Parts: sequence; C-alpha cells; structure tokens
Amino acid sequence: MLRMLKANPVEIRLFAVLVAITIGLSLATDTFLTLGNITSLLNNNAVNLIWAVGLLVVLIAGGIDISFAVAASVVQYLTAQVFAELGGNWTLGLIVAGTLGIGLGLINAALIHGFRVISIVITIATFNVFFGLLMFLTRGRNIYDLPDWWRARIFIFEYQSASGTWSELNLAFAVMVACVIATALLISFTSTGRQLYAFGDNPEGARRAGVNVALMHAIAYGWMGMMAGIGGLMQVNIAKEVVPNALYGRELEVLAAVVLGGARLGGGRGTVIGCILGVMFVAITQNGLNLLGVSPFAFQMIIGATILVAISTSNLKLDLRSLRQRRLPEPEKRNA
Amino acid sequence: MTEKLALKLTAVSKTFGGVRALKGVDFAVRAGEVHCLAGENGCGKSTLIKIVTGVYTPDPGARVEIFGQSGDGMTPAAGRALGVAVIWQDLALFPHMSVAENMAFDDMVGARPRLVQRRKDKIRARAVLNRLGVTLDLDAPLNTLPIAKRQIVAIARALMGEARLVFMDEPTASLTQSETDALLDVVRTLSAEGVAVVFVSHRLAEVLDIAERVTVVRDGTLVGVYPTDGMTQARLGELMTGTSHQQQVTAQDKSAAPPVLETRNLTRHGEFTDISLTVRKGEVVGLTGLIGAGRTELAHAMIGMTQPDGGEILLDSASLRPRSIRDAIRAGIAYVSEDRLSLGLIQPQSIADNTVMSVLDRLLNAAGLIKAPSKQHLVDHWIKEFAVKIGTPDDPVSTLSGGNQQRVVLAKWLATEPRLLILDSPTVGVDVGARAGIFRIVRDLADQGLAILLISDEVTEVMHNADRILHIADGRIIGEHDPRHTDVPALEARIYA
Repeated sequence: MLRMLKANPVEIRLFAVLVAITIGLSLATDTFLTLGNITSLLNNNAVNLIWAVGLLVVLIAGGIDISFAVAASVVQYLTAQVFAELGGNWTLGLIVAGTLGIGLGLINAALIHGFRVISIVITIATFNVFFGLLMFLTRGRNIYDLPDWWRARIFIFEYQSASGTWSELNLAFAVMVACVIATALLISFTSTGRQLYAFGDNPEGARRAGVNVALMHAIAYGWMGMMAGIGGLMQVNIAKEVVPNALYGRELEVLAAVVLGGARLGGGRGTVIGCILGVMFVAITQNGLNLLGVSPFAFQMIIGATILVAISTSNLKLDLRSLRQRRLPEPEKRNA
Repeated sequence: MTEKLALKLTAVSKTFGGVRALKGVDFAVRAGEVHCLAGENGCGKSTLIKIVTGVYTPDPGARVEIFGQSGDGMTPAAGRALGVAVIWQDLALFPHMSVAENMAFDDMVGARPRLVQRRKDKIRARAVLNRLGVTLDLDAPLNTLPIAKRQIVAIARALMGEARLVFMDEPTASLTQSETDALLDVVRTLSAEGVAVVFVSHRLAEVLDIAERVTVVRDGTLVGVYPTDGMTQARLGELMTGTSHQQQVTAQDKSAAPPVLETRNLTRHGEFTDISLTVRKGEVVGLTGLIGAGRTELAHAMIGMTQPDGGEILLDSASLRPRSIRDAIRAGIAYVSEDRLSLGLIQPQSIADNTVMSVLDRLLNAAGLIKAPSKQHLVDHWIKEFAVKIGTPDDPVSTLSGGNQQRVVLAKWLATEPRLLILDSPTVGVDVGARAGIFRIVRDLADQGLAILLISDEVTEVMHNADRILHIADGRIIGEHDPRHTDVPALEARIYA
C-alpha cells in the first residue's frame, strides 16, 4: 500500500478526495446515491472517458492532441455519409468509425513527425482545418437522417425499482469499458506500452535504445484517433443526431480531467486509473452541484476553480517531496 | 596472428550536413581489453560510439565488424543481441520509470512486441545489482535517486544483457572518488570475465590507471593507438590537443594585499561549520575537498542563495548579509555555478543576450529600452577579451563547445564588474585544451586585482592555479597548503585519505 502510494501519489489523493465528495453528497442529498443517478452518471460520461484514455496515450508519449473532439465530429459526419446508402450495423460502424479516426490521427502523427513540429502547434492547426472543413461540408446543418441501428437505444443492464423508475446502462458504457481495458492492456502490459512511456519520458534516451520514433507517434496519435472515432460513434447513439459543432470545446474538458488524473504534460507519466478518477471527479462534482441546486451558470466556474486548486496543490505536494529528497542524500554523500 | 577482436572499425567517416565529424578513423578493441578512447570534446568520440551501436549510419565505404560480424545496417537492438552495451554520458535513463523498469527497458525494444514480465525483470535486476555489490530499491522512481545512484543504474542496465563489449562515456563525471574507485573495480572485474570495455573520460589519471591501450582522436581523425605503459598525463594531453600543455605552479605570495572577502565562523547547520577564510585582492584561493564536503553550500551562503545560521561575512571589511543573489551581485560578488548547462546559461538564447543578461539594467535608455549600441559594444569587448570562438554573437549559446560556453558564463559575470569571483568547478565537462585557456583568463583577472575563490575537486587544478589551497572536509576547513611547498600526490593523499 505504501509502495503504491509512493508510486502514484496523484491517483491516491484524487481517489481519497473522490471518496470524500461521494460520502458528502450521499449525506447531503437523498438523490445522489441512487442506482438511477449512478447509472446515468456512468452513461453520460462514457464518451468522455473513451476520449480520455485515448488522450492519455498521447500524453504518456510526450505529446498533446487538441484536435480529437472535432476529429470525432468529422468521423461522425463521414460515417453518416458512408452508411446513408449502405445501411450497415454496429460491427461495421465500429470498424468504419475506428478506421476513419485512426486515419485522422495518423495525419497528426505524420505532420508532427515529418516536420518535427511540436504537437500542440500541429493539433491546433488540424483542429481548425478539421472544424473548418466540417462546417464547410455540412454548411452547419445537423444530420437527422441516420441508419436505425445507430439511433437505437441498446441497454446492457436494466432494472426497475419498486417505485417504478428505470435504471439502465447503455451500449456506450459497454464500449467504454472495452476501450478502457484495451488501453490499460496496451500501456501497462506490452513492450509497446513501455516504449511509449520511455519515449515520453526521455525521447533521446528512447531513440538511442532503438525505439522507432515514427512508430511511437503513429501508435499514440492513431490510438487517440481510434478512440476519437469510437467515442464519436457512441455520442451520436446517445444524441440521435450529428451536430457539427456539438463536440467543439470538449477537448479541453477531457484534457483537464486527464491531467487532473495525474498524467504529466511533459510525458512519461499517467495511468488509466487516474483517467477514470479524473473524469469521474469532474462528473461527480458537476452532478453534485446540480443535485444541491446550484445554478448551472456557476458550474463551469466552480469546476474550473476546483481543477485549478487540485492541480496546483498536487504540484505543491510534489515539490515538497523533491525538496526532502534533495536534502536526504546529503549525510550519505558526506560519508563517501 | 589470430588475435580475437571485439570490435574492428576500418575507414569510418560520418558527415552531418556539410561537417565531417569523423574522417576515415580506424579503431580496434581486443576481447576482454579495457581500451580508452581519448580526445577533446567534439573530436568525434560520441559519434564513433553511436555508429557502433547503430544510432547513426556511417558514410559509405566504412567497415564495421563486431565480434567478426558485419555491422552493416546495425540497429541498437541488433547491437545488443551481439553483446554491445552503452553507458551514455547523459545516462539516457527514464526519470519517471522505476529502477527495475529502467534496467530492463532494453528488452522492451525488439523486433516484435511482447508482454511485460515485471517479476522476472526484477529478479534479473536484483542479480545484476548483486554482481555490482550494490543495493537499490528496485521500485523507486529513478528521479528520486541522487545522480551517483542513477549512474549505477545506467551501469547495471548495460550489464542486464550478456554484454561482451561495453562503452562507458564519461561514467565517472558525477561520481565521488570512492564511487569512482568502486566503478573502476567493476570495470576490472568485467575485463577479467572477458568483457571488452571502451572507456571515455576527461580524467586522464583515471584513463592511465584503468586502460591497457588508448586510442587518441583529434578533430575527427585518428592520432594513434598507444599502450598506457609509460604514457604520462602530460603526453596524453599533448596528443589530444596537438599542443603541449606544461602545467606548473603559478602561486604567488599575496599576503600583503588587502583582504576582499573574509568570513568569520560562518556556520549553516548540516552544511558547514566555523568557516573562517580570507581572499585577498588579486589572490586566487583554491577550495578543495570531496564532493559533499560543503564547498558548494558555502558558496551558496556567500551569494545569498541560503542564509547562514551563524558567523559573519565581510566584503572589503564591511559586514555583508546578502538576502538574495541580487544583493550579492550589487555588493560585487559574482558566482559561476558548477552546473553551467542548466544554471549558468540560457541555452537557446544568443551568445550576445547571454553575455549581457546580468547587466541589462545598465544598458537601458531613458525609455527603459535596451540601447543596442551599448549592448553591441559590451558583447564585442568580452568576446575579444576572452577569445571566444564563435560564428556570430547572434548564434545560440548551445552551438558553442564546453570551453567556449564557460567563457561566455565568465563574461556574463565579469560584466557586472565584481570584486570577488567565485568559480565553482569551472572545468567540469571542459576539455584539456580549453581548460588551460580558462585558467589563463583566471590568472589575468587576478593580476588585474580581482579576488577569486576557486572551488574544485581536482587537486591538480588548484595546485597549478591557486595561490593558496584550503582543504574542506565534513563542512570544516581542516588545512591550508601552499602549492609551492607541496605536490599533487601529497595533497591527494590528504584529501582522499
């Protein structure tokens, strides 16, 4: 336990805060700790979490992606075009959306690697290109004419309470679980995952060990793209329509949650658990404010301030730790 | 003669852009031999190592043979399979990974992806550390370890595979004497086990101690291969630089000059105790002792980075209590830190901007903007004064060699017109030829009346360049020596005792 605390201080602390908030909200309201509320929290945040684990891989590899949310919109639009004639089904849908997403991700990877430009500059540029293109093609209009399978409500869990209210978990939740597990397997249990961490941590060191730098970019942004595409597909399933600018701005929300969960903006650090905690922290805070009757206009401000406090205090803690470390080795050196 | 060769390079050249970093170099290492690769910074040593390990591809026409196998199309992974391991000068470790993960990382880079085997990796890592006779927490993130321990991790990492040819690029640069001795023992053990070691170091004494043969490279060309038997430091330095550097004691008696810096019983708990010293006008006082003896901590207190717990600092006989570095600069103290790369210079900025950094407020016009002609004048003055070799003053500092960077740092501080200059390990990472140049400047400055406190852990350095030598150990000054009445072996014996 102590070892785990040492290795993942951010995650552990975030978990503790999350538990505290959960207990507080459970006591303060009688609506928070209900099956209905919990399942809707999970459903509503499934898409964000799919994107979060995609972004996590990019952050671990030392990059950043601003373009994924609008890339998801592009995938939605293109997928709608593909299936307007063909009909299709969920399997095909996941394959098409995933592949299109990978394609867009690889565009980012190719630009970043090919021109040796830092990722934030490239992805801000592709963010604008993707979004501009999308608005141009759709002329800003929503698409309602979608295949039936895509709009169908699919539940993997249903429960009717004694009072008659329904609680259910939808398909997006199931897909999210699959994406989270796949990402955890990739980054924690494969040599490719270790290479991604190493590349983010010390790119020159990784290169000298023989890590294929182009491949690392391709895997990181390709994985992010795939998650963007799949997340986009699931978001349409929930919204029942393609709205070109619906996802605009979601990238910062997801980025904040992932960083809150302990992923390091310089690369080399971050966990899937941290991602889940980060996304749930934002979600539960928002949900709690809602249940407590706080004006929705204050949400964004309060959540922004919470994130600010959480991130700056976590850095403060880390500094204290490294200060102590800087002092510790001295007596040892003296004996040398 | 069928001598077994671990490595044979024939006519290796490498061109970067238009610059030829290596010009037709031959290099051979026998199996089980400790072989030193010597040369000044930028002579092509690191390029050579990167070619052998497949990080770089040599220009066409080169032949690389590793244990008799052709090194064409070499990659780092293929090199490891042949038994080639490298300990890089900058370690090339991963700060956020654990010790065990760092050591096992090279196995993660192979032809095809595989699963991570944490338990097995840890068992192997522990076995290697046992072989080196050290204990480390395998789960500790690397960035929680002090630099010397990281160096050990880098060495252990190189020994994780079945290494038969190990390159060590400046492995002792950040180690204390006892740690260096331990490392040299490891090198001898490896050699006895039949592992060939290619050793790169600036510390020539070390090189002559450990290696059987030495290959000298200068400006990308091979100077020659020499046995270390009968080789002297002076001769080796001469071969490396192409000029002869006769080092001799330059000490003079300055006891008649007025004191510039005095400390009385200066104490900071846990760092240094009862330090009383004097540096006179025009005098170079050497402060030497082991790493961790409190040398740098003392300097930090003098320049206001830390506050002493007791005692007194006097500058020109007036009491001084600097609360910040700005206070110290204003009082006339300049401090050249030991970590030139990260603390002394802003690497991506230009030579000119770095030079005037410490005196920007003196270059302002009435509107608060920098006066370009004044800045130009100042920059030109110092570049000429110190003979800094540059393209143009607008080039980034990062393009300069170590010795020239050190000159820019000096210029930056001397522009503040100090009365006391504290030099902390001014030649770390600076090669032999450039060292002589820097110390010529130091002596000139002293002759112009500057008081200089020279902190160094290299005994030869203080012997040849200081007027008096103070020996610090465990935070106390325990001896004072006159370079004219002692010699290097006697002094080394006292310090490393």
